[in-house]
Parts: sequence; structure tokens; C-alpha cells
Amino acid sequence: MQLIVFVLASLMMILGAVGVVTRKNPVHAALSLVLTLFGVAVHFVSLEAYFLAAVQIIVYAGAIVVLFLFVIMLLGVDKAEDISTEPLVTQRWLAGVAGLGLLGLLVVAVARGADVLTTRSEGLATEAENASGDANIQQLARSVFGDYVVAFELTSVLLVVAVVGTVMLARKRTAGEA
Amino acid sequence: MFALDPMLEGDVLWTPLIIVVLKVLVVFVVGLVATMLMVWFERKVIAGMQNRIGPNKAGPFGLLQTLADGIKLFFKEDLLPRRSDRFVFALAPFLAFVPAFLSFAIIPLGGDFRDGNDGLVTWFGVETRVQLADPHVGVLFALAISSIAVYGIMLAGWSSGSKYPLLGSVRASAQMVSYEAALGLSLASVLLVAGTLSTSGIVSAQATLTDWHLVSTGIVPFVIFLIAATAELNRPPFDLVEAEQELVGGFNTEYSSIRFALFYLAEFMNTVSMSALIVTLFFGGPQPISFNGVTLDIPFVPNGLEGTIWLLLKVLVFLYVYVWFRATLPRLRYDQLMDLGWKVLIPGSLGWFLLLAAQRLARDLGWNIFVATAGSVVVLGVCYALMLAAFATSNKTRESQGVQF
Repeated sequence: MQLIVFVLASLMMILGAVGVVTRKNPVHAALSLVLTLFGVAVHFVSLEAYFLAAVQIIVYAGAIVVLFLFVIMLLGVDKAEDISTEPLVTQRWLAGVAGLGLLGLLVVAVARGADVLTTRSEGLATEAENASGDANIQQLARSVFGDYVVAFELTSVLLVVAVVGTVMLARKRTAGEA
Repeated sequence: MFALDPMLEGDVLWTPLIIVVLKVLVVFVVGLVATMLMVWFERKVIAGMQNRIGPNKAGPFGLLQTLADGIKLFFKEDLLPRRSDRFVFALAPFLAFVPAFLSFAIIPLGGDFRDGNDGLVTWFGVETRVQLADPHVGVLFALAISSIAVYGIMLAGWSSGSKYPLLGSVRASAQMVSYEAALGLSLASVLLVAGTLSTSGIVSAQATLTDWHLVSTGIVPFVIFLIAATAELNRPPFDLVEAEQELVGGFNTEYSSIRFALFYLAEFMNTVSMSALIVTLFFGGPQPISFNGVTLDIPFVPNGLEGTIWLLLKVLVFLYVYVWFRATLPRLRYDQLMDLGWKVLIPGSLGWFLLLAAQRLARDLGWNIFVATAGSVVVLGVCYALMLAAFATSNKTRESQGVQF
């Protein structure tokens, strides 16, 4: 059962990921991204991380990709791109090298870390608490608003700074202003 | 593994399996019939409000009008505009239709919640709930579904390859993303008071009239939720997505035949399930009206079935309210829509949520609750003043710079 779910969800993710790269139409690429995000959500559910699954759908599929599509439609760039001329001549080669390097890194990391879940850590002790449906949220809340509250607050400050910076950059300067 | 329903724990057995299949069928059929009746109800009520007769030919009181319309739509020609994106154009109606049904799955449709019972019923010797699914994430599932629902409308407009539908879908995406924030924040107040995400848990927490989250969260979250839900449903006065006077027909201009019927169905289905969700969250769902130890009991009806009757009555009230909105309120202008969403509803729901959280904290830590409330109100007032100052400054800058594009 677990294996079937894993294979199906992984297929969804891989198909989506390939679609994002290969589809020429930006809207189709964004839809492929949604497929990938749903695959991730399925993985979360099968790992009993229900809250993460819900948030994955609400935030990524429901808001972020919708914003992508909004911008694509608003700017009218929803035509298939002509990519026969390359702005950077060697970029395909470089991308290939970088991809291979990343693949190698991942393979090494997985090979060396294969025993992490089984021997080096006990994982989270969730079995007892999972009896009530809200265990996920309680644990997350305890880490986010308890153990890592400073980091959490700093992240929100960072996001606000980023938003303000973007608005400042995007704003048109008129005569008379510095 | 997937649900809190006691029936689904342990090995897979035949009886639970059959019950689940039956539940799926019942929820699907009830959904379709409710939608059919809702279309009739809306046309009839709005006709009454406008001093017309409304549908009265097909069946008694015109009840079968929707069925007749549905059959007509089935047999109409299915058009595919030449400039459309074929795959997405065909996909979009289903993306609108499926979420509409999914959100109905988590509503507790009945069961005995009174006297501390937790709404479990026994069918064929198996304990279960009168709802299709009670997922761990509960109402977050409803939020996720409503955030997915935007895809159908958006992609329908875009894939039509025509400018009016495109404008409709651009509006839809901006509107639904904006109001989702207010929806989620007002929902958070309910979750704070109920202390659980599960829909059946939320219903259990609303035993008496004063426990109804309408009262126990203060009325503000309910009002915000109702407005945001109306915007999320694209119903009047927030139906800019299909503003006939500006956009011909809106996002579904190019659709005909069964694909159009699917959009229509999804819209009304969404209205029904959103009303049911409002009732579940704020009005105790299948709980009877009970105040000061006196419970309004329907005689000769077992308590489990009575829940369904109460739910039906409460949902009917909200369906009427939605029709009433449509008949009464003029459509908002686009900038008014955005102002209402971002400058009123989101700060309002956030502020109210913080106030409730402060009261909760004061109660847990044994502080004087009035001092804590007064302190929070002062802080929120300062924040409100700052916000108003920011709005005033930005307005002034905009006016001094003139119109810019």
C-alpha cells in the first residue's frame, strides 16, 4: 500500500518536473508545477504529515502558482517561447555540467546518509500523540513558536524587508524625487 | 491512517467498505440534488423578490426546471473556439467541478452531538460518523479545496483565447487569492476557540447557543467569513468574474453545452457546501438549538436523524441569505473590491484574532481578563491609527503625482 502510494506520487512529481522544463508554453509549465506540488502533498500525507500536506496545497498550489499564472496572464507572455537563439552561448553545456554535478552530490549524500533514519536517530516520537488528530499541529507549533521562535520572527522580518525592497525597486521615480 | 473515523481503523473489512461506498454515493447524489434544488430555489426566490413568477412550467412549482435545462444543455452543440488551448479548455470545467464536490465531503451531515455525545452513529454494527471523511486537517482541507477551486475559473478564461474571458480570469485569480487570506484568518478565530481542526470536533464544541462560535468568537469573524466566502464563491455582489455588463459573460463566455453546465453546477454546488461550512463553523452544524439547559427537540424523531434536519434548516437560511444578497446588493467596482479585501477584512480579522488570542492567554495565565482586553484594544487602536496614517499618506502621494501607469 505504502509502496503503491509512493510510486504513484513520485511518478506525479517526476512527470510534473519534466513538464515544467520541457513545456514551451509558460501556462502549461506552471500547471506541471502544480502536478509536482500535489505529488509532494501526497508524499506528506503518506508520511502522516497531514498539516504540511494541507499547507503545501493552500500556500504553493493555491496561492503561489496562482500568482505565477496571474502574472503570466497579466503580462501577456503566455505564448510559446522561441528559444532557437541563445542569449548565453555556452549555457546548455554549463547547465549539463551543473546538473551532473548536482546529481553526483545527491547520490553521494544519499549513499552516505542511508542509515540516518534507521540507526542514527529515533525520529520523532509521534505514535502515542497521533491518537488525536491535532498532534501534527501541536508539535509544529511547539517547534515554531517555542524552540525556534527567534529564527521564525527573523524570517518574517526578512520577508517584510524583501517586500518593501521590491516595492521600492519597482516604483517609478518621478522628477523632483531623489 | 487517513481518517479519525473509528470505522476505518484496523483491517479492511467488507461492512466498512460497503458503508464507505454508500456514503460516497449518498454524498454525491445529495450534492447533485441539492444543487438542482438550489438553482430552482434561487430562481424562484429572486423572482419573488422582483415581483415575477419565476419558473413554473416544468413539474410542480417548476421544480424540474433545472433538470430540463440540464437535458437541454446536454444536447447542445459542444463548441471549441479555434484560438483556444484545447487541452486546458477541456480540462477547466472539471477543475471547477471536482473541488466543488470535494468540499462537501468533510461536512458533518448529521449524527447525535447532544449531551456530550461525539456524533458517532452505529450502522450495521459499525461505529462511524455521518460524514464522508473526517481528515486530520479538518477545515484546512476545506481551505485547500477552495484555494484549488480558482484554477477552473482562471484556466477557463485563459484557454478560451479571447479577451473578455481572459479579463474575467485575471480578476478571478486576484480576487480569490485576496479573499482567501481573510477567509483563513477569520477561520483561525474559530479554531482558536474550538481548539481542534476536525469538523466533528468543532461541532461537538458548540453544544449550547452561547457555545456557538458565532457568539463565542464575537460576531466579527462570522461577518468577515461570510463576506470573504461570498467573494470566494464569486457570487453577487462580488461577481466581477462574470460581470455581464462589462465582460459579455465573463470567464465562461466561450463555453457551451455540457462544459458550461459543469461550471454552472460547480458554482451552485460551491454555494451549498460553503453554506454548510458556515453552519458547521459558526452555527453548530447538526446541533439542535439549546439555551440555558432547554433544548428545542423535534418530537418522535431519533436524535441521530434530528441532526440532519437541523443542519438542513440552518443551511436553508444561508442559501436564502445568498439569494437575498444577489437580489439586493449592487456589484462592487474592482478597486472597491480590493480595498475591502485588503484594507478592511484582512486587518480586521487579524486584529480580532489577536484580541481573542490575548484573552485566551490571559485566562490561561490567570491575569485579569479585563485588563488584558483593554490593553490589547489600546495596542490594536494604535495599530489602526498607524494604518490609517499610512493610507492617508499613500493617498496624498498618489494625488500629488497624478495618474500613473
